[in-house]
Amino acid sequence: MMYDAVIIGAGITGCATARFLAKYKGRFCVMERSEDVCTGTSKANSAIIHAGFDAANGTLMAEYNLKGCRMYPELAKELEFDYKNNGSLVLALSEEDIPRLEALKENGIKNGVEGLEIVGREKLKELEPSVGRVPVAALYAPSAGIVCPFGATVAFAENAYTNGVEFRFNTEVKGLTPAEDENGEKYWIVQTANGAVRTRTVINAAGVYADILHNMVSADKIHITPRRGDYILLDRRTGGYVKHTVFQVPGKFGKGVLVSPTVHGNTIVGPTAEDIEDKEGVDTTSEGFADLMEKAGFAFDDLPLREAITSFAGLRAHEARHDFILGEVADAPGFFDCAGIESPGLTAAPAIGEETARKVAEKLGLGENPSFEGHRDGILDPKKEMIKDPEALSRLIREKPEYGRIVCRCEQISEGEILDAIRRPLGAKSLDGVKRRVRAGMGRCQSGFCSPRIMDLLAQELDIDVADVTKAGGNSKVIVGLTKDRI
Amino acid sequence: MEKTEYNLIIIGGGPAGLAAAVSAYDAGERSILVLERDLRLGGILNQCIHNGFGLHTFQEELTGPEYAQRFIDRLTERGIAYKSDTMVVSVGTSEDGYKEVAAVNETDGLLLLKCKALILAMGCRERSRGALNIPGFRPAGIFSAGTAQRLVNIEGYLPGRRVVILGSGDIGLIMARRMTLEGAKVLVCAELMPYSGGLKRNIVQCLDDFGIPLKLSHTVVRIEGKERVEAVVIAEVGADRKPIPGTEERYECDTLLLSVGLLPENELSIGLGVEMSTVTNGPVVNESLETSVPGVFAAGNVLHVHDLVDYVSEEAALAGKSAAAYIREYDQGSISEEMARIPVTVSGGIRYSVPVSVAPGRISDWLKVRFRVGDVMRNKKVVLYLDGVKELSKRRHVMAPGEMEEVVLTRKVLDKHPDLKSIEIKVEEG
Repeated sequence: MMYDAVIIGAGITGCATARFLAKYKGRFCVMERSEDVCTGTSKANSAIIHAGFDAANGTLMAEYNLKGCRMYPELAKELEFDYKNNGSLVLALSEEDIPRLEALKENGIKNGVEGLEIVGREKLKELEPSVGRVPVAALYAPSAGIVCPFGATVAFAENAYTNGVEFRFNTEVKGLTPAEDENGEKYWIVQTANGAVRTRTVINAAGVYADILHNMVSADKIHITPRRGDYILLDRRTGGYVKHTVFQVPGKFGKGVLVSPTVHGNTIVGPTAEDIEDKEGVDTTSEGFADLMEKAGFAFDDLPLREAITSFAGLRAHEARHDFILGEVADAPGFFDCAGIESPGLTAAPAIGEETARKVAEKLGLGENPSFEGHRDGILDPKKEMIKDPEALSRLIREKPEYGRIVCRCEQISEGEILDAIRRPLGAKSLDGVKRRVRAGMGRCQSGFCSPRIMDLLAQELDIDVADVTKAGGNSKVIVGLTKDRI
Repeated sequence: MEKTEYNLIIIGGGPAGLAAAVSAYDAGERSILVLERDLRLGGILNQCIHNGFGLHTFQEELTGPEYAQRFIDRLTERGIAYKSDTMVVSVGTSEDGYKEVAAVNETDGLLLLKCKALILAMGCRERSRGALNIPGFRPAGIFSAGTAQRLVNIEGYLPGRRVVILGSGDIGLIMARRMTLEGAKVLVCAELMPYSGGLKRNIVQCLDDFGIPLKLSHTVVRIEGKERVEAVVIAEVGADRKPIPGTEERYECDTLLLSVGLLPENELSIGLGVEMSTVTNGPVVNESLETSVPGVFAAGNVLHVHDLVDYVSEEAALAGKSAAAYIREYDQGSISEEMARIPVTVSGGIRYSVPVSVAPGRISDWLKVRFRVGDVMRNKKVVLYLDGVKELSKRRHVMAPGEMEEVVLTRKVLDKHPDLKSIEIKVEEG
């Protein structure tokens, strides 16, 4: 058995690549070390679609950012995930910052970004009424957007899967060995925690681990530093406080602190930037929170930070050269990198996926997959139905009463949606898996009320003991046993 | 055709909603519907299997479910309609003054209901870790105390075997005892403030009696463990409530329970446009427990967080009676224009009062004004002034933020001030 391509990593880049590879005829497999898609960098980031003015002209980041930004609106429709074109603003916090806005604008124009405009304080106030006293001007980028990173990743993965791409979870890649068959055809042996497979090509989409994989096969070493960013998420009550994604003029640590609405109506504040060693070091720090609160205060005078409902940290896969590393590795034929995918990686992912798939198909001479179906049915959201037609909701509940049983109060998520999240292709296997697919537990009580019921639903649907239900796979079991079981 | 119009709809079938429904019925109202989001009536009492409920109401020590059952019996004896497993998704007002309630359940689908008066009785929820910005990893094994209580008391699951508790709210204290009884080891209860947020009797019966240390002025500074909690580090805090370096203590454990405060659950109220108090996070109400939206009343933990369910029932009974009176006036077309109301002002360390304004004409015999202080106070007096005249003074040896206080405004006292302009409640040196 020989795969045409093994993709390592089921984050947004790996899943997007898988989805575009599915357009070609071949055997493809995604290997993921954790229990689900979207569990690393893809799950903890700013959830924004950059317009593309920031990355230095001539870099891969600039090229793929622009392409990706242009792909999202169409993809969101085709794959039914949440995306909104809300535009972004980069604030100048003093007159001295204005030349930097102009430089950004110029860079953006070179990159091909359309509609960029520097607005003075008056227009800024009009665009973003909550903005504080400090900002004097802003660079307005109407093409920027916001996206649900979980929704997008799950959508790519499901669509890849229903078009025949295999997914193996809890399958960490331990080794990569080049090999040759009796006809002199080169291939790779991929050693995993669950045995070895053979494949004609390998696609490295391993996020913060991409350097380890790359360095297994190439003499041209790369080094990825996990750059940790703390975030604070505010209650949906704050929805509408900020309309655009609001940056401050970039400093030396990336894009600085942003304040943005999310597609689901929350407000997100972040990230900090701290280079660390631990590739799993997603612990938040009190220094980080203090930093965020201070910096957010430059942009907004009265940001309702006391409405925080959760905080988290994500790791950006920062490569020393600060550009994406894409394409076939010169001294490792058949090994394709998608490495150093830090910001604007979420934006660029579809473009990276499409191009990587094209290159792999070209190398292997793969033909078109005639049965490819690019559309994916999203998870049915009865709330959206209700807004359109209240009668339709009642009909739905008559047919499927589980949609009338609300399990997650805060986000008003029904049992029907939770069952869908578990039962659909590549369905959820843990509380976090359910949360990322249908938001149950993502609201203001942070799963306090709904987790016992979701645990029961997971146990029932996966046919496991409720004591084996996990928060996020592995040893993250939610309960330790039954009451009095050791007395 | 399902009935869609009621005189009174009550959102919430917990202690507040039940008492309000019974009281509205007893005041003559017959067209009542109670909407409950959980599978059964009783609200959070259903998971409170410890005793101590009902000392004031029934002069008995009942468990939570027993206390709830007394009110459920009263509801069913009266034949008051209710729908359980029914989630209200939005509330609004129509131009004719009717309130519109949209709710979802599995038998009716989407219910679009109308009513003349509405009682908000949605209760409260626990503050989560996120609301506190506790740094560290986010593994399994971090529960709010109430979630742990549900897992243990309703589901029969054990959330963990070695437990650290942050916060000394009543649910946390109760769970310290419960987890111990279920076979877990509770290592410590850490409280950020220099005093406990819970009732004194719970500290004695749930911590002291089991030898569980209570560390005041301490907080969690780190959570270790990537998949499941492995250790929790606590540290002492200074007067600024910031951790003092060098005071860290590490507890190996698999569970962190949080009992760090309750928040009235007012998303529907906000959607309705009800004026809210930034102190209580509940609606601003007058002597009838009526909110800024005429015909919309609030009672129980949705209004302000209570310590004792007995007071919830008492308060909710007033809301039920007031709603029934409102409906009578509505039907007679005699809803008075905005009544002259006298503000209740508080000072001397009192954080808030419920109600915040009073129409003296609306009080038949007496009105309880409930309040909380912001800090522990010893040897003080609570003094009531009407138009600057001291009408009541009561000595309090100890007052604490965790224990609700009250002042009773009687008809007799009000009658002494026919032209009343101000009501003040002050804490003074005793």
